[in-house]
Amino acid sequence: MAGQLLSANHAAALAAALAGRANRAARGFCSGVYPITPSTECMELLCNQEIEKGEVVRVESEHSAMAVCIGAAASGARTFSTSSSNGLALMAENVVAAALLRLPVVMVAANRTLGPPWNIWADHGDTLLLRDSGWVQLYCADNQEVLDSVLCAYRLAEDRRVLLPVLVCQEGFVLSHTMTETDVPSQERVDRFLPPLELPGRLGATPRVMGGIDAPHTTEVHRAQHHEAMGRVFEVYREVQAAFERELGRRPADPVVAYRAEDAEALIVSMGTIASTVVRAVDEARARGERLGAVRVRMFRPFPADALARLFRGKRRIAVIDRNLSLGFGGVLWGEARGQAEPGAIVQGYVIGIGGGDVRPAHVAAIAADLAARTAAGAPVLLEAGT
Amino acid sequence: MSELTATVASAPAPARAAPLLRPGNSNCPGCGMSMALQIFARGIEHRRVQLVVPASCAAVMAGPFPTTSLAAPVVLSTFGAGAAVATGLARVARLNGDGTRVVCWAGDGGTYDIGMASLSAAAERDEDVLYVCYDNEIYGNTGGQRSSATPAGASTTNTPAGKLEEKKDILAILAAHRVRYAASLSIAHPQDAVRKVRRALDTSGFRFLHVLAPCPTGWKSEPALGIELVRLAVRSGLYPIVEIVEGRKLVINHEPDFSTEALELYLSLQRRFQRSGLSAERFAAAIAQNWRDLRARSGRIVPADREG
Repeated sequence: MAGQLLSANHAAALAAALAGRANRAARGFCSGVYPITPSTECMELLCNQEIEKGEVVRVESEHSAMAVCIGAAASGARTFSTSSSNGLALMAENVVAAALLRLPVVMVAANRTLGPPWNIWADHGDTLLLRDSGWVQLYCADNQEVLDSVLCAYRLAEDRRVLLPVLVCQEGFVLSHTMTETDVPSQERVDRFLPPLELPGRLGATPRVMGGIDAPHTTEVHRAQHHEAMGRVFEVYREVQAAFERELGRRPADPVVAYRAEDAEALIVSMGTIASTVVRAVDEARARGERLGAVRVRMFRPFPADALARLFRGKRRIAVIDRNLSLGFGGVLWGEARGQAEPGAIVQGYVIGIGGGDVRPAHVAAIAADLAARTAAGAPVLLEAGT
Repeated sequence: MSELTATVASAPAPARAAPLLRPGNSNCPGCGMSMALQIFARGIEHRRVQLVVPASCAAVMAGPFPTTSLAAPVVLSTFGAGAAVATGLARVARLNGDGTRVVCWAGDGGTYDIGMASLSAAAERDEDVLYVCYDNEIYGNTGGQRSSATPAGASTTNTPAGKLEEKKDILAILAAHRVRYAASLSIAHPQDAVRKVRRALDTSGFRFLHVLAPCPTGWKSEPALGIELVRLAVRSGLYPIVEIVEGRKLVINHEPDFSTEALELYLSLQRRFQRSGLSAERFAAAIAQNWRDLRARSGRIVPADREG
C-alpha cells in the first residue's frame, strides 16, 4: 500500500477534512474542538486544513466543543470533534444530547485513562464511560482503520435508517502518536463515497422545536426508536462496507473479527490494539501446537451479540481481555461478552493494560495458560502489565 | 449598517406572524419572560431567526412534544451550552449565507452562572449571535433558588433568610468583552426596547440584551403588576436603561427620578424582600453609587425619556 507516514491523530484529522469538503455542495462542515492529550494533534492538524465551506471553532471547553457540533448538525452541517479522557467526561452531557437529538455527529476519541491521579496513557475507560450515551462505538486496531472508520462513520451516521452519532476510538499514544504507512484517499473518491448530507428535519425557517419537553410515554417511544435505529446499524454497516470497497478499494473490517477461531479450543476476545497483540500470541501458540483463536470486537455499540454467539458456539474456554475496569465489577467487555457463551463454558475475565500498561504477546500467552488450567471461571483477574 | 444587514433585509424570509409566543404555552400567568418575548417579536419583523434556548422556564414554555407554542425554529440546548450551540448554528448560517439571525434566549442562571463560560467564550470569539438574558433573578424553573443574579436581600427557596451577596453586574461583564452591542431592556418601555432589539438583530458579531423579567412565583408579587414593577425599578434607578457600544461607549437612555416612593413601592409590592428587611435606604445607597459609576462611564447625561 503506497501511503503516507501518519499518526492515527493525523489520519483522523485528514479523514474529517475530506468528509467536510465532501459536504461543500450541501450545508458545509463545522467542527468544535478543544485540546487534550493525546487527541490534541488531531484538532491541530484539522485547524491547519483548508476546508471549502468549512469552519473549525476553537472553543473554551469540551462541553462547548460538542455543543458547537450540536448547533451545526442541527443546522444540517457535517460535524466533527475529537477528545480524550477527562475531556470526554466533561463533554458527556452534550455527548448524550447529540445522541438523543439523533444528530449524525462524528467524533474520534484518543483513548486515555481517567484521572486523577493524572495519567495520559491508554485504556478504554473514557469511552466506555459513554457506553450508554446512545452513540455507535467503533474500536480501531491500526491507523488505516482509524482513517477508514471516520469516513465510514459519516456514511453510517447520516443514513436515514440510523441517524445516530458515531464515536471512533483509537488508543492514545499506541495509535494516536505512532506513525504507520496509511493510505489517504483522494477527495474525488471520498466525494463519491460520502454524498451531500440532507438531514431530515434540520432547523431551517419553519417553526419547530428540537428537543422539546417529553412526557413519560413519549420518552418511552423516543428511546424505543433510538434503540431500533441502533439495531439497524449492522445492516447499514454491511452496505457501508460494500460501498467503501467499491469506491475506495478496501473492505473495512466487520463488527467482529475472528482470527483462527474456527478450529480453536480456546478463544481470546479483546478490543482495540490489544487484539493485534493477541493475533501475534495466537500465531506463537499455534506454532507450539496449541489450538488458540482470537476474536476482536470492533463495534461495541450496538453490541454484536449474535456475531459473538456464532463464534462462541462449541467453545468451552473463552478469555476476555479488557483494557478497562468497571470498578466493583470487572472488565466491561467481559461483562457483556460472557452472556453470549454457551452454558457451561468457562468465560474468564482478565483486566490488563490499564493506564497504558504495555501489553505484550507474553502477557497474552500467560492468560491463555491460566485459561487452559482452569476448571471453572473465577472472579475477574487484574493483571499488572508492568510487572 | 453592515454588509450583513443588507443581506438580512433582502433575504426572502416570509413576514413573521406575530406573536412569537402562541396560545397554549405553559408559562405562569404574569410571566415577565413571556412579555419580554412578545416585545422581542415586535423587533424581529421580517427577519429570519432561529432560537437556542438552554434549560430554563423558556425551554418548558414551548410545551410538550410534539406541540410547540413558539412560532420560530428552536433548539433546546443543555443548560450551560446555549451560546456554544448558537455558535454552531450561526457558523453554518454564515457558511450558507441565508441571513438567518441566531438568537440565544436564556434565563439568568443559564447566563450568570452555569452558562458563563460558554457565554464569555462566544463573546470573546465575537460570534454572530444575539444573546438575550431574561433575568427573573432566580432559578424559576427549579422552583426559585438563588442565582448570582438574585439581588441582596431577596429570599429564595435555598436562601430563605434573604441572599447576602450583591447581584453580578452582567452588562459590565459583557462590556469588558468589548461586545459589539449590549443593552438593557425594560418591558415598561417598549419603544426603547423594540428599537434596541432591531439594532441588536441588525448588528453583526456578538450582541447582548438584558431584560428584567418579573417572576410572580419567585418574587411573590401580583401577576398583573409585572410591568408596573419594572417601571418602578427603572424610575428608582434600580434598573438602569442603558446601551453600550463596542464595550466602551455607554449611553444612558432613560433618566430615573430616583424617587424614594418608587423604590419603596418596588420593594413592598414583592414579598421576597420582607424577611431580610433590607431597607430602602440600603438600596438607595447602592443605587447612588451605581449611578455615579454609570455617569462617569457615559461621559454625558441624556435627558429623561418620557416614554410610557
